[in-house]
Amino acid sequence: MSTQIAPTHRFRQLFRGPLGVLLTLAYIGAITALLILEPRSLLWRLLLFTALALIYFIPQRPAVKVILSVLLLAIVVPTVGLRNPFLLEIGFQVAVFATLALGLNVVVGFAGLLDLGYIAFFAVGAYLWAFFGSQQLWHLNDPPGTFSIYPTFPLAAWWFWIFIPLAILAATATGILLGFPVLRLRGDYLAIVTLGFGEVIRVLANNLDKPINLTNGPQGITPIQRPPLPPFLTSPEVLATLSGWAGRPIGLNDVYGFFFYFMGLIVLIVTIIIARRLEHSKLGRSWTAIREDDVAAVAMGVPLRRTKLTAFAIGAAFSGAMGVLYASNRTFVSPETFSLTASISILVMVILGGLGSIPGVVLGAAVVTLLNIDILQTLSLLLSSLRQGNEVIPLLGVPWKNLPTQLDPARYQRFVFGLLLIFMMIFRPEGMVPAERARLELHESEEEFSPEVKLEGDAMPEEQPVD
Amino acid sequence: MSAMLELEKVTKRFGGLVAVNAVDLRFEKGSISSVIGPNGAGKTTIFNIITGIYRPDEGNVRFEGRSIVGKRPDQITELGLCRTFQNIRLFNNMTVLENILVGAHTRTPSTAWGAVLRTRHFKEAEEAARQEALQLLRFVGLPRGLGDQLARNLPYGQQRRVEIARALASKPRLLLLDEPTAGMNPQETESAMRLFRRLRDELGITVVLIEHDMKVVMGISERVSVIDYGQKIAEGTPEEVRKDQRVIEAYLGRSAMVETAAVERSRP
Ligand SMILES: Nc1ncnc2c1ncn2[C@@H]1O[C@H](COP(=O)(O)OP(=O)(O)OP(=O)(O)O)[C@@H](O)[C@H]1O
Ligand SMILES: [Mg+2]
Repeated sequence: MSTQIAPTHRFRQLFRGPLGVLLTLAYIGAITALLILEPRSLLWRLLLFTALALIYFIPQRPAVKVILSVLLLAIVVPTVGLRNPFLLEIGFQVAVFATLALGLNVVVGFAGLLDLGYIAFFAVGAYLWAFFGSQQLWHLNDPPGTFSIYPTFPLAAWWFWIFIPLAILAATATGILLGFPVLRLRGDYLAIVTLGFGEVIRVLANNLDKPINLTNGPQGITPIQRPPLPPFLTSPEVLATLSGWAGRPIGLNDVYGFFFYFMGLIVLIVTIIIARRLEHSKLGRSWTAIREDDVAAVAMGVPLRRTKLTAFAIGAAFSGAMGVLYASNRTFVSPETFSLTASISILVMVILGGLGSIPGVVLGAAVVTLLNIDILQTLSLLLSSLRQGNEVIPLLGVPWKNLPTQLDPARYQRFVFGLLLIFMMIFRPEGMVPAERARLELHESEEEFSPEVKLEGDAMPEEQPVD
Repeated sequence: MSAMLELEKVTKRFGGLVAVNAVDLRFEKGSISSVIGPNGAGKTTIFNIITGIYRPDEGNVRFEGRSIVGKRPDQITELGLCRTFQNIRLFNNMTVLENILVGAHTRTPSTAWGAVLRTRHFKEAEEAARQEALQLLRFVGLPRGLGDQLARNLPYGQQRRVEIARALASKPRLLLLDEPTAGMNPQETESAMRLFRRLRDELGITVVLIEHDMKVVMGISERVSVIDYGQKIAEGTPEEVRKDQRVIEAYLGRSAMVETAAVERSRP
């Protein structure tokens, strides 16, 4: 064990003390410079992402880590994002899926209840704002698929802020609703029923366009309002200044890009804080206890029903809030987003990152999202540009042009995830940042317990009573 | 003395098998009692009925005068009745301290809101629970440093002690121990017996043990009940039970292997 972690340990020691901070700053600075020079490079983007992971792993005090993360997330990313807005889009999507993964982690990772329909709660949040934040209220009697644009909306855009808490409530209620019938189920049965539930929500979204057109069916709802921005952010002077910095025209959409990036980040951070605090509380211990052994847990006084229901409810609450944000960011929702595949890909994030481990799950979400929307897409683009030219594949001697389009990496999304999962299960089944290791790290500084301490039969200390 | 726990004509069937058959039992407040009987006699089933894990088909269970039949296990624990398991059931991937804190569930007043908002009340409640858990660790004779170990990494004998500490954390007035010395060597058994006595003498807890080790049974119990084929066949002081003809037959009537095992176990 100690020999295994030695190299990483030595690497971590490099980042000790003030020198370590300087080293990290230098790394961040270098990547920032590279990204400003070459805003579209996939490699630099990925290195920026590793900088965040680096901050997490280095042996520095929490306050230092927080300052470094703020520097990276609140200054570096937006600065680079001025030049390449795609970076902000990636940041937002990572935040969305990390929040969802954290919510699912409460249910699956902490409480050990396999939920295959988790995306349904996200759908509840998204459709709630989609319905009230669009003109759908006026389409109730229109045939599905109409896209007539009325001049006004039934609710003003600022209702967005009210609908975040409302969506949390709605998703929580849905979580409890699902929780009740499945309380008695375990393992495979639970997985199947929750899977069915997820599908029911999607099918409802698909079909509730008649007799009353609530969801506009498969076409989805659009336009959905974005919240009003403070006027000083969108004034012509500010936009002009920003355009100057960015070296390209900055419009309202770009400002919204910043807004959603920061909103996503805030919701994610709040989610992380809540999840962490719950994990180390009486409720969190109860979740782990019923996961480990529900008979022993209930015999120790843990109420099974209530504990399971709160897991479903809290997990759902996180994704409800994100649903509103997502609907508003896209200005469009359709049932497609909430498919079984989406549920499974969130589960993949959780398992890949480390079941029950908060940093692991966030990392898992980031990796899967990056693969999904960035790495595979960029590779596809690269391949198609190679296909345009006359170059020959090295070693094989076949021209790129003749490469079948079936080999397009973007088509292999699920295949890549499958491979990833298989490799993880073989080589690191506990995930990228396993929960237990994180726990042991917490105790690293404290005095070490020597396993040699064995109690002799007679070594029972006669202590004063505990009542 | 008044009855802490009373079973009246309790019957439990599993399909055609009558695992517990019209059993009457009575445990006095402040006593240490044993329930003995051959393998498969129905002893653990009786514990499961008392703690609400099984619902009896017939009969009544009264704890401190109140019927607890139909209550959920967690409610029964909250009333002040807790247990350990024959096959240790610790939460393996939790630390020893966390295990004990789960035991303290019903006695820890912190709420989820308090945890999210980190209120002072929450911090105080958690800290108090932690301190008590550490004290319990000491009470059962384990070093403080063990608190941060994962339960599954502990040797068997220590796991048994953690299980007792976890049950104690629920502040029980009655504690059911299901074969708590199984798998221990004579030395460990000796020290475990001292712990059982201290549960009663120092904490005032009424103790009921299921035991196979006759040395433990004869050594610390004030009353012994004998179960065979789901029925109570004898009851009394250890001396009375030892001489009881039906008890001797129950133990001798088994296959040679079980018999030898029983005799061997009863040897000091
Ligand atoms: N949940 C169950 N379903 C079916 N049969 C059961 C169940 N629990 C116990 N039994 C049966 O009831 C009988 C009594 O079992 P019990 O575990 O109470 O015995 P015991 O006296 O504790 O034995 P041991 O000394 O081996 O622990 C056994 O025949 C057992 O197989
Ligand atoms: Mg038994």
